[in-house]
Amino acid sequence: MCTRASSVFFERTFLSAVFMFLLLKVHLLMMLPSYFLIITLSDLECDYINARSCCSKLNKWVVPEVIGHAVVTVLMLISLHWFIFLLNLPVATWNIYRYIMVPSGNMGVFDPTEIHNRGQLKSHMKEAMIKLGFHLLCFFMYLYSCPIRA
Amino acid sequence: MCLCSCSPSRMEFPSGYGSHLPSYSVPSGHYSQVPSKAAASHLDNQYRASYYPTYYSAPAQNVMTPSVGTNVLNTQESQQLYNKTPAHTVGSAEGPIQGAISSASYLHTSAQQSYSAFGNHYSTSVSSSVASQGFPLNSDHYTMPMVSSAMYPNVSYPPVAAGRVYGQAFTSQTLPAVGQFKETNTFSSQSTSVPHSLQQHVPVGYNTTLTTISSAQSIQDSLCRNLTGSLLTKVLRKKFLSLLFLKNLPFLKQLTLNYFPPPAIDSSSTTSSASPVLNNYDALEGGGYPGKQSSISFVLPETRSMTSSPVPAPSVPQTSKASKPFGYGYPTLQPGYQNAAPPAPVQPNNPGHHPGFQHYPQQYPGVNQLSSSLGGLSLQHSQQPESLRPVNLTQDRNILPVSSVPAPVPNLNSDLRKLNCSPDSFRCTLTNIPQTQALLNKAKLPLGLLLHPFRDLTQLPVITSSTIVRCRSCRTYINPFVSFIDQRRWKCNLCYRVNDVPEEFMYNPLTRSYGEPHKRPEVQNSTVEFIASSDYMLRPPQPAVYLFVLDVSHNAVEAGYLTIVCQSLLENLDKLPGDSRTRIGFITFDSTVQFYNLQEGLSQPQMLIVSDIDDIFLPTPDSLLVNLHESKELIKDLLNALPNMFTNTRETHSALGPALQAAFKLMSPTGGRISVFQTQLPSLGAGLLHSREDPNQRSSTKVVQHLGPATDFYKKLALDCSGQQTAVDLFLLSSQYSDLASLACMSKYSAGCIYYYPSFHRSHNPAQAEKLQKDLKRYLTRKIGFEAVMRIRCTKGLSIHTFHGNFFVRSTDLLSLANVNPDAGFAVQMSIEESLTDTSLVCFQTALLYTSSKGERRIRVHTLCLPVVSSLADVYAGADVQAVVCLLANMAVDRSVSSSLSDARDALVNAVVDSLAAYMSTASNLQQSMLIAPNSLKLFPLYILALLKQKAFRTGTSTRLDDRVYAMCQMKSQPLVHLMKMIHPNLYRIDKLIDESTIHVNDRVVPQPPLQKLSAEKLTREGAFLMDCGSIFYIWIGKNCSNNFIKDVLGYPNYASVPQKMTQLPEVDALSSERTRSFISWLRDSRPLSPVLQVIKDENPAKTDFFQHLIEDRTEAAFSYYEFLLNIQQQICK
Repeated sequence: MCTRASSVFFERTFLSAVFMFLLLKVHLLMMLPSYFLIITLSDLECDYINARSCCSKLNKWVVPEVIGHAVVTVLMLISLHWFIFLLNLPVATWNIYRYIMVPSGNMGVFDPTEIHNRGQLKSHMKEAMIKLGFHLLCFFMYLYSCPIRA
Repeated sequence: MCLCSCSPSRMEFPSGYGSHLPSYSVPSGHYSQVPSKAAASHLDNQYRASYYPTYYSAPAQNVMTPSVGTNVLNTQESQQLYNKTPAHTVGSAEGPIQGAISSASYLHTSAQQSYSAFGNHYSTSVSSSVASQGFPLNSDHYTMPMVSSAMYPNVSYPPVAAGRVYGQAFTSQTLPAVGQFKETNTFSSQSTSVPHSLQQHVPVGYNTTLTTISSAQSIQDSLCRNLTGSLLTKVLRKKFLSLLFLKNLPFLKQLTLNYFPPPAIDSSSTTSSASPVLNNYDALEGGGYPGKQSSISFVLPETRSMTSSPVPAPSVPQTSKASKPFGYGYPTLQPGYQNAAPPAPVQPNNPGHHPGFQHYPQQYPGVNQLSSSLGGLSLQHSQQPESLRPVNLTQDRNILPVSSVPAPVPNLNSDLRKLNCSPDSFRCTLTNIPQTQALLNKAKLPLGLLLHPFRDLTQLPVITSSTIVRCRSCRTYINPFVSFIDQRRWKCNLCYRVNDVPEEFMYNPLTRSYGEPHKRPEVQNSTVEFIASSDYMLRPPQPAVYLFVLDVSHNAVEAGYLTIVCQSLLENLDKLPGDSRTRIGFITFDSTVQFYNLQEGLSQPQMLIVSDIDDIFLPTPDSLLVNLHESKELIKDLLNALPNMFTNTRETHSALGPALQAAFKLMSPTGGRISVFQTQLPSLGAGLLHSREDPNQRSSTKVVQHLGPATDFYKKLALDCSGQQTAVDLFLLSSQYSDLASLACMSKYSAGCIYYYPSFHRSHNPAQAEKLQKDLKRYLTRKIGFEAVMRIRCTKGLSIHTFHGNFFVRSTDLLSLANVNPDAGFAVQMSIEESLTDTSLVCFQTALLYTSSKGERRIRVHTLCLPVVSSLADVYAGADVQAVVCLLANMAVDRSVSSSLSDARDALVNAVVDSLAAYMSTASNLQQSMLIAPNSLKLFPLYILALLKQKAFRTGTSTRLDDRVYAMCQMKSQPLVHLMKMIHPNLYRIDKLIDESTIHVNDRVVPQPPLQKLSAEKLTREGAFLMDCGSIFYIWIGKNCSNNFIKDVLGYPNYASVPQKMTQLPEVDALSSERTRSFISWLRDSRPLSPVLQVIKDENPAKTDFFQHLIEDRTEAAFSYYEFLLNIQQQICK
């Protein structure tokens, strides 16, 4: 497909392929926090890990995740991938919202003193699952949309 | 004889220190609760290793160590003071001895108390006509009015009384309070071992009964002794395990007295074969309605005969098939045990109507005529139960009970009910557990537990055994509600796993018999304490370590709290719980942090000042926390000198954060208790805070901000402390805003406690000063448990949703409590995850593992058993309104912090609206135009209104932010009894106490005035009223109050001459004075903290405090009770 195209076209498709490839990588990377989150939370649920250390581990991942997702979303906007941008926007917004809304007395998004209360553990777990699903979905979407476009 | 043998009464004196040793507990090994730490023996080395480097590398100028060893490097006057302090002789008594002395003194009092209680108990049981109903709930030491003096001689126990009390600790079955009434009845019936004899007794009166019984007693005594002799030799060989007795009294005799009679009776009577004690009760008691019985007034002994309607036939319950009220309740026990299940009482308790010792106009004669053979649990079989009786709230104005509101009794069969945990330590909001979450949602009531696990108890079975029997899969401790499948196997009541009975457990040291595992004390008591083995510790038990961190800034010195603290400490130094290893230390701080070297051998205390508050370090790590007994002289010197050392300070800053960091460093090798005294907003170093309160917003009706912490510094610190088994207790004595919301975090998450004294000043505010003094006395001398964890287990299908209280939640059901104190209450919310259709009973078990101040590891276990119901009406019938309100208060606190105060208020109102609407929709025949509540919930709207007008949740009335936050902290950490007084104080009229009915307590006549509505309409100018708010008593005197009362009780000639600040009642030799004082001291005895008394005249500024508590009245910002009801009705109709 690429071979018969003009050099300009080649350049474009090549760039977009690289872009998509990078995107895939990014989403794979972004899947890691969710995956890690699920594992750590289930450890906590089974009492294999202390709430304090669990939360400090998880809180480390919050900022990178927020930044990563925000960057991806902005890149989509810049490269005018509207559909993917709109797909990512709610999740990115939620991440930022969650980060901003942490009360001043709390030790981060995950607070060891509250994680066992009011079913927070479960809701965190649910959230992590949804995110993992989302990233998986994105991953396959990019994967299969890439060659078609190229 | 049987009287003692079966008397299962569990006497509890809230204020008593208990005849049991300080107790301890530990969860099983696999809940490792202590982070890996060096063994205690290495502590010092480790300590040195970790802290010396810091010390040495510290810049020299920071440590202003004295140039001459003994000189204190502070101001001139301090040095003088040191020199001035008279030389004290070093406390000669070593730790254990002292402990023994102090505990002995407590024991003395408690033994006395319990003796009288016992005497009373026995006599009541003996003289059945006098009505055991005289016992109000959980106040067991009442004597009956008429027999009070006659009883003790009749009972003829005095020589062995003390021993008996202790013996009782093991043999007694733990009872819910109401169980006692029943129990006592059964005594009388059992002693004659013919069911119908009860009826004979009644008319005869106690004199005759007594004679027969005492003769019977002597016969049986001798029988028992003979028996003992023969059995003893047989049994002594089997020394598998031994029970540790509370006191090393010659137990043998008492024990045999306690335990042998039942068989003796069985052999003489022919009611049943080899049935254990319980059977007899039940067989004889049969159709009795315990709940009913208690409703009968003690002042009318004659009416008592009603309750003694005989059981249809004692043999009925003995056919095992007829006695299966519950799915698996003892289904496969050996016959003797199985007999124990009598037909379940048809009539459930009627919460509103068994306040024991009160006149009760309504009695329910019909109840006893109901056939007990109806048997089934279902409420529909019988007439509508009392707790479901519809009450029209808008019309029925007198809904308050005459005396305190009793806890509803779970609708269990009488056998289980007797064994159940006392409602004082363990209460559930719904005593009938709904089968499914859907049903629970329909009822719109919260499901949860209210715990007071470390309460002071006087009767507590303490068990030493090489193996603590627990379920192999869920680690539940064996408890009275497990079922024995056969002699060798038991089925866990929480996870239903079948476990083996260990060989040791087959031997019962109480009866000295073999093969009766169901008679072991663990299975006979739902509250027990185990002495844990080394499996339950990760390091050697820590010593008691106390560190005091005192604010000495200008503000603090001005308020003058140091004198009170040092004085209280000096007075109670020997009573601090601990053993010979007890350690103590002091840190003071203003803009710098001062340490005190109290190392033994110094001639006077050395002050070491660290001014580098950004990087705090310990100047001499190993001499700051010193052994209390070795350095007692130095400690006393320091305490005498401290109040005057800082009198001329000009330092206004407060470096609380660094001081706390230092305290944490100092405590982390051992763990223990840090007591922080703070008087202002921390203004320097880590953890500094800024004023967030806008005084103009205090009475805002809209938004109340800053209920949460401003920084996570204190939370982090608390979690660090909690990890090192250190609790931080905060005493905040401030006159200005000090951001309690942030500061409280240090105690909240480290399982500490919080005390707050607004506008504290030693001379300007004597009431607060007195309160601090009393609080400190209690605080310093009360029991303490170190390095504790608490696990709450519940039957499969239920799970814990949210925890409330001061602790750190370590895992889904494990609370880490660095310290546990007897005044701490906890609450948990439950959810039903799986339907409970397979089971008819659910159980909850809390196990509190702690290290006692004597260095023992102990486990205190409470087990509560509740029935499961499938209909909505039954759920309402079992609602415990006080527990519901307390749990809602906890939830509302959470809500107001996480969301907003107005949200929380709405949620509280909605809780009433929803539950009443749901109830009204279930009851079909009710008119929708009226506001109807089931009798069990009739106080619900009133309590919710009280909550809405409570400092924590009120809006529109000027409330300082700290006051509000403190009220919220208390709601989270107070046990139910105290919390209820805080929410809805008790109001009594006290100017006519002579005319009131009375009860006898310890030879004192205590009048029992009825509860008054909290409304100004009840206040008359001619009267005097006492309001009991838990931590404070107000006495309000009307303008036209009779001069006799003022003269006799207050000691002043007329109203005008009564001073404004009066905090004590004089001892006047007049009947009314005596009655008033005995009533007040009776109220005081029922709580650990003795409240402060405040006399209020009309012009007094404290008047507003008093009138704020009249919650049924309309205020500018809030509804009156009637308006509130109308509002609810409107919302329901919407």
